[in-house]
Amino acid sequence: MTKLSIARLSESPFGSKIKSGDIKDTLSFFDDWEDRYRYIIDLGKELPTVPVSYRTDENLIVGCQSQVWLICEYDEINNMLLMAVDSEAQIVKGLAAIVLSAFNKSTPQAVTDFNIDAFFTDIDLFSHLSSMRGNGLRAMVKKILHIAKQYS
Amino acid sequence: MSSIDAVEQDNTFNIAKVRQDFPILDQKVKGKPLIYLDNAATTQKPQIVIDAINQFYNTNNANVHRGAHTLSDNATELFENARSSVQGFIHAKHAHEIVWTRGTTEAINTIASGLAQSFLKPGDEIIISAMEHHANIVPWQVAAQQSGAKLVVAPINEKGELNFSIYKTLLNKNTAVVAMTHVSNTLGTINQVKEIVQSAQQVNAITVIDGAQAIGHGFVDVQDLNCDFYVFSGHKLFGPTGIGVLYGKEAHLEQLPPFQTGGEMIKTVTFQQSTWNELPYKFEAGTPNIAGAIGLAAAIDYVNSIDRVGAIAHEQRLTNYCSALANSMDDIRIYGTAENKTAIFSFLIGDTHPSDVGTLLNQQGIAVRTGHHCTMPLMNELGISGTVRASFSMYNTEEEVAKLFAALTKLRTFL
Repeated sequence: MTKLSIARLSESPFGSKIKSGDIKDTLSFFDDWEDRYRYIIDLGKELPTVPVSYRTDENLIVGCQSQVWLICEYDEINNMLLMAVDSEAQIVKGLAAIVLSAFNKSTPQAVTDFNIDAFFTDIDLFSHLSSMRGNGLRAMVKKILHIAKQYS
Repeated sequence: MSSIDAVEQDNTFNIAKVRQDFPILDQKVKGKPLIYLDNAATTQKPQIVIDAINQFYNTNNANVHRGAHTLSDNATELFENARSSVQGFIHAKHAHEIVWTRGTTEAINTIASGLAQSFLKPGDEIIISAMEHHANIVPWQVAAQQSGAKLVVAPINEKGELNFSIYKTLLNKNTAVVAMTHVSNTLGTINQVKEIVQSAQQVNAITVIDGAQAIGHGFVDVQDLNCDFYVFSGHKLFGPTGIGVLYGKEAHLEQLPPFQTGGEMIKTVTFQQSTWNELPYKFEAGTPNIAGAIGLAAAIDYVNSIDRVGAIAHEQRLTNYCSALANSMDDIRIYGTAENKTAIFSFLIGDTHPSDVGTLLNQQGIAVRTGHHCTMPLMNELGISGTVRASFSMYNTEEEVAKLFAALTKLRTFL
């Protein structure tokens, strides 16, 4: 995979136009679960579809209930991690977009410094990472942190 | 049925009373009354099971079979009474044909591993069905690899029933083992176990029946089924987790080598060699799950105390109601439409992903399971990656079925 392709793949509002703080603010407005989940599903729709050619075993994160494809590469010139993510499940895709709002287009150091557990607690979507084991998001976060550590 | 102990029974199935016996059901999840429809994964526990475990630890806790003191005598008596309770419940001929295990999975591993060591040989065939869950596939794959035997899969038809005529053609003089589920955990299909066993016996195959999904939903009489082995988990029969049962005919258990070795399962030990204890202790190495066995016996007492025929009829009503509501829904596809099935509903709606459906049902207080249900080969056969599964128990109500379908209709506005 060339750097050009990951730059194109990772073109989404998450990590630039939509940052973790924006998501936290928006979610705090909603009183009921219906609005929250409609918003999460809409966030997922803003993530571009990862082309089938990138849905490889190497990029696949297998969950018990759904699977996630994650492409995460280091852009040396701009010193940032670029990410693209996709899932067959709309809510999982929305949650993955929320993870990207915290991590995408950040420096490896910023990724490892970011307190993702505190963020998840704040937005009150998952009480802790282990509750996400089934949908692959936990493994996705682990993989991103692993890559970030290599460059930080 | 002759196997049931003469415990007082209500003459009518009283759903309100039964629900009161399960304290966990009376709670809210996400601000809505809990609707627990994941009974195929595990059933809830009635108060008397919780009390029996508490009481054991409060008053009688000691190790069993080492009775130099009163508490150990009490614990041993409760533990062995629990064994007799299981014997009565499944109508086994002898109490020593009941072996305690951690659950269905350990029981199947005990049988498969023992047969691989002592019985299976190259060229032998092990027949399973296409609807088995991983616990009744993987141990046989390993046993086949170890012994040189071959795993043969009997297919199912489009309704999710065993294709009996093909099954019969697969039986031959090399068939050493037939291992099949009594009830499919994904499709709900109730297999005709008696006929499966009869056919297998014509070629002298050993029969192993996985009763995990059957034990909590009807009467099981192992002598009537005439299978060589029957296994189940206590937690799917309103008992605690970590306790299960391996039933085997005496002659088969005598021939099967032990699965684990150590204390309790030996008769004599020298540094050179050891001899094995008698049945069932040969298979019960180490300190057993004493509280689990006592809790399971309490669950059996509970099941015997209610109107079981009424409970089965109630579950059948739930199944029928669920089918009727599903039929009136436009884009739902039910996987598993066997003529004879338990209250397990696997389905997909339109092009929605099971995980999304499960998440949005949970937001409405409804607990279901989504995914492949530990039956990945079956999912491959069906050409799907998973389903949503709503599985009912006797404490579920028709109102809950209606709420499930209302919730499904609502979530279509999201997805």
